[in-house]
Amino acid sequence: MTEMIQTMNLSKSFGKNTAVENLSIEIEAGQVFGLLGPNGAGKTTTIRMLSSLIAPTSGEARVAGFRVGENDTLIRQNIGILTESPGLYDRLTAERNLHFYAGLYEIDNVSAQVEKYLRMLGLWERRKEEVAGFSKGMRQKVAMARALLHEPKILFLDEPTSGLDPEAARVVREFIGELRQEGRTILITTHNLNEAERLCDRVAVLNTRLLAIDTPANLRQQLYGRSVVFHLQQAQDGFAQTLAEFPFVHSSEMVDNKLVVGLDDPESNNPALVRALVENGAQIQFVGELRHSLEDIYLRLVENQDEEQQAAGGQEQAN
Amino acid sequence: MNKIKEIIRKEWSEVFKNKIVFVAVAFLPLLFTAIPLFILNGIERSGDMGGAFGETSGIPSDFAAVCSGLSGLDCAQFFIVSQFIMLFLMLPVIIPVTIASYSIVGEKTTRTLEPLLATPITTIELIAGKALAAVIPALVATWGAFLIFSGGSYLITHSSAISEILLSPMWLMAIFLLGPLLSTAAVCAAMMVSSRVNDPRMAEQLSALVIIPIVVLFMGQSFGMIQITQTVIIWFTLILMCIDAALLYFATRLFERETILTRWK
Repeated sequence: MTEMIQTMNLSKSFGKNTAVENLSIEIEAGQVFGLLGPNGAGKTTTIRMLSSLIAPTSGEARVAGFRVGENDTLIRQNIGILTESPGLYDRLTAERNLHFYAGLYEIDNVSAQVEKYLRMLGLWERRKEEVAGFSKGMRQKVAMARALLHEPKILFLDEPTSGLDPEAARVVREFIGELRQEGRTILITTHNLNEAERLCDRVAVLNTRLLAIDTPANLRQQLYGRSVVFHLQQAQDGFAQTLAEFPFVHSSEMVDNKLVVGLDDPESNNPALVRALVENGAQIQFVGELRHSLEDIYLRLVENQDEEQQAAGGQEQAN
Repeated sequence: MNKIKEIIRKEWSEVFKNKIVFVAVAFLPLLFTAIPLFILNGIERSGDMGGAFGETSGIPSDFAAVCSGLSGLDCAQFFIVSQFIMLFLMLPVIIPVTIASYSIVGEKTTRTLEPLLATPITTIELIAGKALAAVIPALVATWGAFLIFSGGSYLITHSSAISEILLSPMWLMAIFLLGPLLSTAAVCAAMMVSSRVNDPRMAEQLSALVIIPIVVLFMGQSFGMIQITQTVIIWFTLILMCIDAALLYFATRLFERETILTRWK
């Protein structure tokens, strides 16, 4: 697979403040990549660096095969960007806004492209209206159309559903899904972790520096391993101890009437656990796999980093 | 070049929907044309002002020389018309400043600058597009006003001397050479201010300061301290060419994409 986006120890500082530190990521062609992180984590700064809007302080980045800082105009020709704020000209109509940007990208078939995306996003009938009168969702759609007019291979979407009502957010998400099927490479930043889980092939958790990067499933596996929940009719203290004695069990804990067991290879080992519980008099109602959400993973990574930083701060003070 | 044209078209479709800007572009040239025509008409009607100029005492020596062979009335009108040259040099400064001062800071406040800078447009194309979008209407308005003034002057005075002065190299150089240079200088200064400030009102107030040198010249001329002659116009033109080149260079250099984007909140 071809890497459409590559960063190597990419860093950006504003004076004494470090926004992004040693970020190294690779995004393959056709992948939807989610950049997650709290406010001020450096997500927008990363997108701005990759869009050649701001220069990295150190490190390297390549976008569509072009090096950031050397081929900035070529990079901008090959990317489409949806900025945090739609940034449309309020006094111009939706159509005029798009015509203007189509002109800047020097597109050959301007009217056809404008019509294609206005129709695709359900705005064709309102093309002659000033965008000042548009709802936030409609503005976001016009901004999406603007990002796509020149058919870029790479799309940067900075919080595309932020502030939208559920219906508008769903439309935007579905549209991103369509773009994914077209094989475009998409880098998306979001606070909506469910959205990231649904849309992204891989995610990176960023908090100034990269905390983790992988598929949501692999991150779940790395952080939590696999867990099975046994819903029991009645809890007994001995059940957890019984299962903890199996060599493939890492953890076993009773929570109310539920027995949560962390283990390797549940597909092979679950029958033995069920047998052991039944032999010890347990009445099992349901058995299911415990799936930690991306939110759990995200919060755990960010909390771990906070703890590490506090520990490092304490160590420095002690020294 | 296409990108520059796109910027110009976009600026105009946005700017001329703003009534204040439209009034500034349309009303000011009409006012600056009406005032001198009204004064000329007053002189023509009174007629006896010519007596004061008949002796050619108390008027600058340059005019005294030109006035030889002219009637007192013609000389008075000639002198008055010459004073108005500065009005027609104020127009290409005042009009574009209104547009240019808002050009960058306006993009910041409406948050349209980031998507704009993310396109393949170069800084020079952006600056050129925005500058031309401000300069062209100013020049069209100035030249239109000059045309109306020239025609109106002839209709009021029926004096070939007035027509001659308005079509003299000094006037033509002032209107068609010095005007565009002044306009470019004003626009560059306004855009430098616009790209450095975060408040449109501050941009307008600071940019308005570029009018001061022209007002000083106008006052100096009115009080007889400065005489605008062909030589003066040539010198101003040459100096302004250098100033414009420097201002264009600095306007482009000062437009730091990263600083403008990241300092704006």
